[in-house]
Amino acid sequence: MNILRRNVLKGAGAAGAVSVAMAAGLLKPGMAFAADWNKAVFESKDLGSVMGAVGGAGAAAGDISVKAPDIAENGAVVPVEITSNIAGTESIIIIGEKNTQPMLAEFNLSNGAQGFISTRIKMGATSNVRALVKAGGKMYTAAKEVKVTIGGCGG
Amino acid sequence: MSMSRREFLQVLAAAAASGLVLDSKSVLAGNLPAHFYDMPASGNVSFLHFTDCHAQLMPVWFREPNVNLGVGSSNGKVPHLVGDKFLKHYGIKPGTADAAAFTYIDFDTASKAYGRVGGFAHLKTLVDKMRASRPGALLLDGGDTWQGSATSLWTKAQDMVDACIQLGVDVMTPHWEATFGADRMMEVVQNDFAKNGVEFVAQNIITNEFGDQVFKPYVMKQMNGIQVAIIGQAFPYTPIANPRYMVPDWSFGIRDESMQGFVDEARAKGAKVVVVLSHNGMDVDLKMASRVNGIDAIFGGHTHDGIYQPVPVKGPDGGTCLVTNAGSNGKFLGVMDFDVKNDKVVGWKYRLLPVFSNFLAADPKMEALIKKIRAPYEAKLSEVLAVNEDTLYRRGNFNGTWDEVICQALIEGKGADAAFSPGVRWGTSIMPGEPITYERMMDQMAITYPQTTLNSFTGAQIKDIMEDVCDNLFNADPYYQQGGDMVRTGGIQYSVRPGATIGNRIGDMMIKGKPVDPNKKYKMAGWASVTEGVQGTPIWDVVADYLRDKKVIKNVKLYQPKIIGMEGNPGIAL
Repeated sequence: MNILRRNVLKGAGAAGAVSVAMAAGLLKPGMAFAADWNKAVFESKDLGSVMGAVGGAGAAAGDISVKAPDIAENGAVVPVEITSNIAGTESIIIIGEKNTQPMLAEFNLSNGAQGFISTRIKMGATSNVRALVKAGGKMYTAAKEVKVTIGGCGG
Repeated sequence: MSMSRREFLQVLAAAAASGLVLDSKSVLAGNLPAHFYDMPASGNVSFLHFTDCHAQLMPVWFREPNVNLGVGSSNGKVPHLVGDKFLKHYGIKPGTADAAAFTYIDFDTASKAYGRVGGFAHLKTLVDKMRASRPGALLLDGGDTWQGSATSLWTKAQDMVDACIQLGVDVMTPHWEATFGADRMMEVVQNDFAKNGVEFVAQNIITNEFGDQVFKPYVMKQMNGIQVAIIGQAFPYTPIANPRYMVPDWSFGIRDESMQGFVDEARAKGAKVVVVLSHNGMDVDLKMASRVNGIDAIFGGHTHDGIYQPVPVKGPDGGTCLVTNAGSNGKFLGVMDFDVKNDKVVGWKYRLLPVFSNFLAADPKMEALIKKIRAPYEAKLSEVLAVNEDTLYRRGNFNGTWDEVICQALIEGKGADAAFSPGVRWGTSIMPGEPITYERMMDQMAITYPQTTLNSFTGAQIKDIMEDVCDNLFNADPYYQQGGDMVRTGGIQYSVRPGATIGNRIGDMMIKGKPVDPNKKYKMAGWASVTEGVQGTPIWDVVADYLRDKKVIKNVKLYQPKIIGMEGNPGIAL
C-alpha cells in the first residue's frame, strides 16, 4: 500500500469511496447517480418483485465471482466484491436476498469498464448475497451465502 | 512429583482392584519415562508444536470429551471419535499411557496413575529433550496461550509471554490473545517478541480499511540447509466469537485464496517445506487442506482435539497435506520429523507426546520463573472456596459438570429462571476429593469480558440463541463452524437434532418443568457478552460466593439434552 494513497484516502474516508472517485475525476456525479434511478425496484420488499422488475428472473449462471465472508464480522458493514468476466458487462446489481429492501445497488458500467466492484453492504440476517450481471442484453447471476450470527461462545 | 511413591502404588492397587487394566509393568518398573519419551530423530526438518495451553503454567488435570459429534461428511471421522472408538481407530491398547492421555476412559483412576498433565516446567524438559536430537527444530505455538488462567488475566498475559520466551517459542499465531486488545497484542509483538526473536504470523488478519496485512503472513527459516516456510492462520472468527470492539480495525476470515497466494510466494522464494500454523479448528483445517495446494502439513489447534496421528488430505492437485491437532492445556507436544530429499518431502514421522508431569522432571529455570510469576498471587490462588466430591470438567459438546455449577450459581446469584454459560472448550478438571481453589475456579472463567447479565428474553428468543450457537457447532459446512461447543444451559431442558439445519435442531424446550412459551418472557442469566459496554458483577464473584456458601459440591446432576438422530455415531459415548 502506497502511504500517500493511504493518507489521501484516509482523509477522504468520511466522505466515502464514491466521492473520492469523483474527486479523482473517475466518476462524474451524473454517472454515479444516474437519472434513471428506479425507485420502485429499490423499494421492493421482496426478492421476487426485484428479480421481476430488473429482468433477472430467468438469469443464467455466468462467469461471475461473488466474494464475501462466510460469516459476517459485522452485519452493518459486510464487504462484498463482485467480479464479472463476462464480455460486454453493462451493469452489476447487488441483492441481499433477505434484506427488507433486497435491491441494494446497481452499478452501470460503460466504455468497456472492467466488471469489478467492491463495496460494503448491510445485512440483518443470514442470506445469499446475489449478483446480477447484464451483458449483451442478457442477465447472468451468481450468489454466495453470508451467515449473520449473534456471536460469542467460541472455543 | 506431586505424589509420593507410596501414594502412587496405592493408587495403582486401587486401580487394579477396580478392574482397570494398566500398563502396570512399565509403570511399576519406573521405566516409562525413558521408554515412552524415546523418539529418535528421523529426517532433516523438524517441527515441535503445542497449542491451546490456555495459560496453564502448572500441571493440571484435563478430561477429554465423551461427546464430540461429527455431522455430515465428518460423521465417524477424526476428530469425531471418542473413547474406545478413538482407541480402536488408532490401534491404541486400553489401559496404556496413551489411552489415558487421549480419551476420557477411566479418567479418575487413569489420570491419577499417570499424574497431572502439562505444566511449562515439564513441557520445557520435553521440548529440550526433543531439540537435543533435532538441531534447528522450530517450536510452534498455535495460540490460545495468553488466556485461561488467573495469573494470565491479572498480568495481562505477561506471565505467558515471559514463559513462552523462556520455553523457546519460535513462531506463534493468535486467537484469544486478541481479547487483551489490539494494542496489547502489538505491544508484545513489537517489544517482547521482537527482542527475543519470536515471530508472530497471521496471513488472515488484515486491516478493515485497505486490506493490508497486520502481521507477517509467514516466515522463512533455514533448517539443515533446507528452506522452510511457516504460514500463520489466526482463528478466522475472532471478531465474532469474541468481542469485536477489542480488535475494531482488523478483519479476519478464512481466506483460502490469500493462503494459496502465500504458499505459492513462499515456494517461489525457495521454500521446500511449507507448513501452516493454524488456529482454524480441525474440521476447517481438513477442508482447507483439500482446497489449497502446496502445504505439507497443517499444525492445527482451536478445537482442542488431541489427534494421535495426522490425517492425510489430498489437495486439488493431488498433493498430500498432513493435518494435525495438538490438544489443549499443555497436555501434548507434537513432534513432526520430515525427511526432505531432492527438494521434496519424501517421508515423515509424527508423535503427539503426552506431557505427563510425573514422568518428566521440571526444568529448574522454568520452575523458578513460574514461582516468581505466581508469588504475588499465591494467597489468592490457593483460597479454598469449597470441597468437591465429584469429577468437575467442562469439555464436551454439551454441558460438563463444571458448567452445571456455574449455571446454578448464576440462577441463584442473579435470581434467574434459567442460565446460559458459553460453550468454550477450555477449563481444567478437578478430581473427587480435591478442593475447589480460587485458581481452579478461575480456570473456567478468566476472561477480559467477565460481566454477568440478567436479560428478559421471550421463549422464541431463547430458542433463536440456542439455534444460532448450535449451527456454529453442527453446520454441515466446516467453514461456517466456529469451533466452540454448544452453549451450556441451566434450568432448560431440550432436545437436539445435530444433523438438522438451523432453526430445526432445538425442540421440546422446557423451563421450570413447563414447555417454553415462545411469547412469554423469561429471566435469563448469562456472562461473557461480546457486546461493548455491558455492566455486571464479574462471573468469578458470582461463582465464588456460591461456592463459599455451599462449602461442599457433590452429586452434581449433569444435564444432557435428548440427542436425536445420532444413534451409532462414534462421536458419542454415554
